Amino acid sequence: MRHHRSIFTSLFVGFALCFSVVFSATGYAQDGKAIFQQKCAACHAINKNLTGPALAGVEDRWPAKADLYSWIRNSAALIKAGHPRAVAVYNEYNKIQMPAFPELKDADIDAILTYINTPVPGKTEGSSAPVAGAKETAGDDNSLIFGILTLILAVIALILLQVNSNLKRLSDDREGQAGEEAVPFYKNKAYIALLAIVLFLVGGYYTFQGASGLGRSKNYQPEQPIYYSHTVHAGINQISCLYCHNGAMQGKHANIPSVNVCMNCHMGINEYAKGPKLYREDGTEVDGTAEIQKLYDYAGWDPAKKVYTGNGKPIEWIRIHNLPDHVYFNHAQHVTVGKQNCQTCHGEIQKMGEVYQFSDLSMGWCINCHRESKVQFTDNKFYSIYEKFHEDLKNKKIDSVTVEKIGGTECMKCHY
Amino acid sequence: MDQKKYWQSLGELKNSEAYEKSLQHEFAEELPVEQGDESLLDAKAPRRDFLKYLGFSTAAAMAAASCEIPVKKAIPYLNKPDTLVPGIADFYASTYVQDDQVVPVVVKVRDGRPIKIEGNELSSITKGGTSPRVQASVLSIYDTARLRFPLQATGEGFKEVTTFEAFDKLVGEAMAGIGSAPVVLLTSTVTSRTTRKVIGEFLAKYPGSRHVEYDALSYSGMLLANEASFGKRSIPMYHFDNAKVIVSLDADFLGTWVAPVTFARQYSVGRKVNPEKPEMSKHIQFESRLSLTGANADDRFIHRPSETASVALNLLSLVGGGVSAPAVADARLKKGLEMAATMLKQAGGNAVVVSGSNDVNVQLLVNAINQTIGAYGKTINWGATIETAKGSDKDMVQLVSDMNAGAVGALLVHGVNPAYDYFDAKKFAEGLKKVKVSVSFNDKEDETTQLCKFVIPDHNFLESWGDAEPVSGHVSFIQPTIAPLFKTRAFQTSLLKWSGNNTEYAEYMKQYWLTALGSQEAFDKALQDGVLETAATVSAGNYNGAAVSAAATLASAAKKGGKVELVVYQKNSIGSGKDANNPWLQELPDPITKATWDNYAVISYAMAKEMGIVLDDLYEVEVTKPVINIKVNGKEMKLPILAIPGMHPNVIAIAVGYGRTEKVGKAGANVGTNVFPLVSFNGSTFDYAVASVEVEKTKELYKVAYTQTHNQYEGRTEVVKEFNINDFRKNTNVVAEVKEKLAEDYAKESGDYRVEGTLYPDFPYPGVKWGMSIDLNTCIGCGACSVACTVENNVAVVGKSEVLRMHEMHWLRIDRYFATYRDDSGNDDLDNLNVVFMPMLCQHCDNAPCENVCPVNATNHSSEGINQMAYNRCIGTRYCANNCPYKVRRFNWADYMGADSFKDNQREVLDDSVMMMNEDLTRMVLNPDVTVRTRGVIEKCSFCVQRLQDGKLKAKKENRPLETGHEGKWDVRTACQQACPTNAIVFGNVNDKNSAISKVRNEEQKKLVYHALDQLHALPSVSYLAKIRNTDRPVGVTEDAHHAPAPAAAGAHKAEEKVSTGH
Repeated sequence: MRHHRSIFTSLFVGFALCFSVVFSATGYAQDGKAIFQQKCAACHAINKNLTGPALAGVEDRWPAKADLYSWIRNSAALIKAGHPRAVAVYNEYNKIQMPAFPELKDADIDAILTYINTPVPGKTEGSSAPVAGAKETAGDDNSLIFGILTLILAVIALILLQVNSNLKRLSDDREGQAGEEAVPFYKNKAYIALLAIVLFLVGGYYTFQGASGLGRSKNYQPEQPIYYSHTVHAGINQISCLYCHNGAMQGKHANIPSVNVCMNCHMGINEYAKGPKLYREDGTEVDGTAEIQKLYDYAGWDPAKKVYTGNGKPIEWIRIHNLPDHVYFNHAQHVTVGKQNCQTCHGEIQKMGEVYQFSDLSMGWCINCHRESKVQFTDNKFYSIYEKFHEDLKNKKIDSVTVEKIGGTECMKCHY
Repeated sequence: MDQKKYWQSLGELKNSEAYEKSLQHEFAEELPVEQGDESLLDAKAPRRDFLKYLGFSTAAAMAAASCEIPVKKAIPYLNKPDTLVPGIADFYASTYVQDDQVVPVVVKVRDGRPIKIEGNELSSITKGGTSPRVQASVLSIYDTARLRFPLQATGEGFKEVTTFEAFDKLVGEAMAGIGSAPVVLLTSTVTSRTTRKVIGEFLAKYPGSRHVEYDALSYSGMLLANEASFGKRSIPMYHFDNAKVIVSLDADFLGTWVAPVTFARQYSVGRKVNPEKPEMSKHIQFESRLSLTGANADDRFIHRPSETASVALNLLSLVGGGVSAPAVADARLKKGLEMAATMLKQAGGNAVVVSGSNDVNVQLLVNAINQTIGAYGKTINWGATIETAKGSDKDMVQLVSDMNAGAVGALLVHGVNPAYDYFDAKKFAEGLKKVKVSVSFNDKEDETTQLCKFVIPDHNFLESWGDAEPVSGHVSFIQPTIAPLFKTRAFQTSLLKWSGNNTEYAEYMKQYWLTALGSQEAFDKALQDGVLETAATVSAGNYNGAAVSAAATLASAAKKGGKVELVVYQKNSIGSGKDANNPWLQELPDPITKATWDNYAVISYAMAKEMGIVLDDLYEVEVTKPVINIKVNGKEMKLPILAIPGMHPNVIAIAVGYGRTEKVGKAGANVGTNVFPLVSFNGSTFDYAVASVEVEKTKELYKVAYTQTHNQYEGRTEVVKEFNINDFRKNTNVVAEVKEKLAEDYAKESGDYRVEGTLYPDFPYPGVKWGMSIDLNTCIGCGACSVACTVENNVAVVGKSEVLRMHEMHWLRIDRYFATYRDDSGNDDLDNLNVVFMPMLCQHCDNAPCENVCPVNATNHSSEGINQMAYNRCIGTRYCANNCPYKVRRFNWADYMGADSFKDNQREVLDDSVMMMNEDLTRMVLNPDVTVRTRGVIEKCSFCVQRLQDGKLKAKKENRPLETGHEGKWDVRTACQQACPTNAIVFGNVNDKNSAISKVRNEEQKKLVYHALDQLHALPSVSYLAKIRNTDRPVGVTEDAHHAPAPAAAGAHKAEEKVSTGH
């Protein structure tokens, strides 16, 4: 995942992966692909009009290749010079000016064109990725078996005890001893006492569990205003988590992306057609295209005219992960410094159609992780002040430094 | 033989049995549990009630807790600005402007809300310093009493004007109706170039109109004197950092005079002591009351206010000014003047004399002194002038008489409040009624605004664009940190509109600076830096002494004062009263009297005795004070008295800024008495002293909430260490010897007191180890740190009623010690004293007494040396507070912050000012990174752990070691450290050899370092630098003095430090 991050952090790369991951035979086109993704993909697709026109057949649309080169390097100059094709494209696309790329050499542009003209294999990499499954329920099975076994054993024990007492009474009768009046089992004080103790223990267990679980909301899975599928975005299309949740690298909050971030891609992607069918938790099917339309309504985007109407309104997402006010949590500390995967705390988010709370976010859960997790001790120069630990590491006295060792379980690391 | 003693209250000075008894309880009150012989059922809280409450509260808690978790929304931006990341604070440079105080600041904005103000370190005049008022000013934007829309007077009260256009129309029509009568724009001193330009345009539009600048606390006398001496109606830039000798004639230049933040920073340069070569500036103060500056002086002499001119004249005569002076009767004062004159002459120009008098003659004499000793060009620079006070008293008086004569057509008021702070406010109010059109731009319905016909509130400074030029050539910009909260409009925009220019002021100002600076980039950089400075040239000015002889004649003919004289002064927290509705400032104890939430008549012990007030042990413990009636020229006012040493026996001092109208807000309403009516006009300037008053004690009593006796060390006054510079020179090891002695006594084997002095194992701090050093030499006691701490850490305001019960919550308090002498017959010389300020906060002891006694381990130690406090674990036994030798732990007696689930359930219990802090608008100032504490838990200084974590994270993210002061780089600074105008507080990682704190402790100031109550082996993480006084008088606790009273609590310890000054 760390590898992924280093690749995917850039806006363009993440964007490109949404729709065009192509295996190509030629090394030349491979270079072209890289450049395309780096420079072009934010605004262009090969077969579809986005912010800019679809690039398939672009060479045919320009009268001279030299003009195309200069258009790419500095479009503004060409428009200013009044080149008819340049002016036409400019006007057609809402007078949004293409950034200048003076750094692209002829060879680079040729590489891009080669890539564009390379036929697309039938299937994209993304669609072959495994589709999100339901939540795993393994682990519950065993306890159920144990429970049933216990119950059976308890019943057997009860029957045996009953049999035993009957036999005793019979033998007493036979020996002529005046036995005590038979007491039915539900009036037997020993049973009642036993039952009371068992009830107390079970009740106590659940009361404690319930009390300590107050305010915790593991598996909380509210219905959101838009059916947003992490399976489609982070799973199939492999968009880096940090492309949208970029606050996680910088500070306290990971931040739900603002609508304009969604629109970076969805200005072009206006339908959900190719991916697998999507279902809500209750089994109803989701119309992906309709959900994208909802986004347009929020953004105030007119997909037909490709303009903002100015009637946008922010999306009121329902917050899933809530920490109490007296807990301080900082994403950057864990993501940027601790190099933790998002999945460690949020579960296999790339397989979640609708997001649910994976961890219970309890203090015990935090502390456990802090006890076990190893600090990026030698990689980060901040820790150079811990001279003793570095020496111990060198002398092999210790093999790693856990978060706990540098004070990660102390009160005022999270409560202040 | 003289014995010197450090004390905070008379009880401590005399140390009697009654006083000892009063100390036994950590908290003043008994718990409200009924005891007695009668059966439990008869008690006030019988068992049944107890069970009922228990049942109810359990049920209520269950109901509250087991309800469904509320659905929370997360609403991201529609279109997020690039530079903004929710959860990460942005900092914008701006400028604090209030009356004569102009301080460049940096505003911390978190998720769109300004929450903290810090000094701007790029400013060469303040160098990042602040004052209590600057620190507290962030609350002003969230003041619930702010006006929220334009108003129009209706006869009885005001009604809203719904649009600015409608308002402009109303004013336009009204202005058209005044005919040729002049329009007067009445403002406080304008330091902004663009605002001056706007005003110029406005005045040009209305022929015959004029602009009057009025300062509630005036420097007119000084401006007039400078005009006569140098031809410039300005105040030159002072350089206390260049001065080896500083003589202040009643100028409170560290607290309130002209530019205290700038001066305090300069002053601290000369006060820092290099223990290897002890040298420091000499500061002599002549004054009639005990001021903050006087408290810091090396030598201090008291005189009557009516003798001010005579003192100046004598000093001029003694330094060789060629004038004759009347004889000085008081022998001590005479000696002081001679000493001051000798030192001034010897300093070779590296000396400065300043005077706080508003009398032009006195200022002329002071100019003559400075000229004679050659100060101009060395310590006083005419190459740069201070432009924050330009008001003319004469113009103001003229305006008021014009108004009364009906000669003013329209009066536009901005930033001033003469109906409250003008000496003859009644006359002003009457005059205002005769003005046809009166418009107020003030942000509240203050005394003046109430009388105006139209009100169009200006933005708060945190919502404004603007610029200020506190010192010529040193521009400081103002930029908005938040969109205006209410329907307010920039004062300048209104003026532009009314002069026919439809430009918004923001645009106007931008255009001006774009033209001046030449490019957008230059303007952006100036805004980002906040300051734009051109290097000042050094100039001695062209001195003209023509007016001196006349001034000398007038000075020697000054009338004699009566039996009792009176001075009005301003507190460094409240100023002229515009900040009166700021609860943080109201609750900040005055540096000298330690009183909160009031003004009062400060008198000497001698005067108190004369009035028959018993000054016994419990004088300070008992909060109920007699009220006196003061009569001046037919005016009468009643004020409680507060007796302190160091006052002239015949002088009463009263602070201005109190007694505001209820309309300024719940915190400022009905607090104290307005004493501006005691000011008078002498024909050219306002006079802040009254030569003769009649005083009479009434039978009334009044409670004054002051904090000086709230946190006691039970006689362990050796927390303060002070030495005479001569003695220190003789033995620079005197501080270190205390430590050596401890090692000798308690660490016989290893010599390591830290390790061997305890049964506990020594914990190694493997990484960062936090430490703080506080320099008692440069600490001036202003209290900026205390307010900064309050703002940063969401510390609660508790209100007067709770301060009276010793419930104040300040995490950082400043202890004030008086040091006086006791002669052989046991009499204390209470008027000849030293004052020592000692900031006291959690010492983060490595062997903390509080940690051992917590039954639930809510307070414990971190591997970085922080004494941690887990609020959610605390059950409120208060054992820790009892066991803390420094008395820095605070208990939440009530739900001060409104954290309780039931809204408003403290409304009847707590003061309105506390409830005001819990309103939705006010709560926007809370720091979101710090938990708001609830009732029943202990809290205390956390070393600003949120800042430490943030700084560490910054370093980690950038993959580099933490910087705490190495080569001036700082990742981490505590709020108090940042706020300090004198850099007295240094904080950092003591495990880093290059950090500033390591340098101070191990190299630069090694020989002055001590820990408070070292003998207890609490091993504090806070160290202090001993105070050195540059004086010939004996200073410090003598061995004999220390042994004489032998306080019970302190005597037990063998390692009681014994310091001898060897005099």
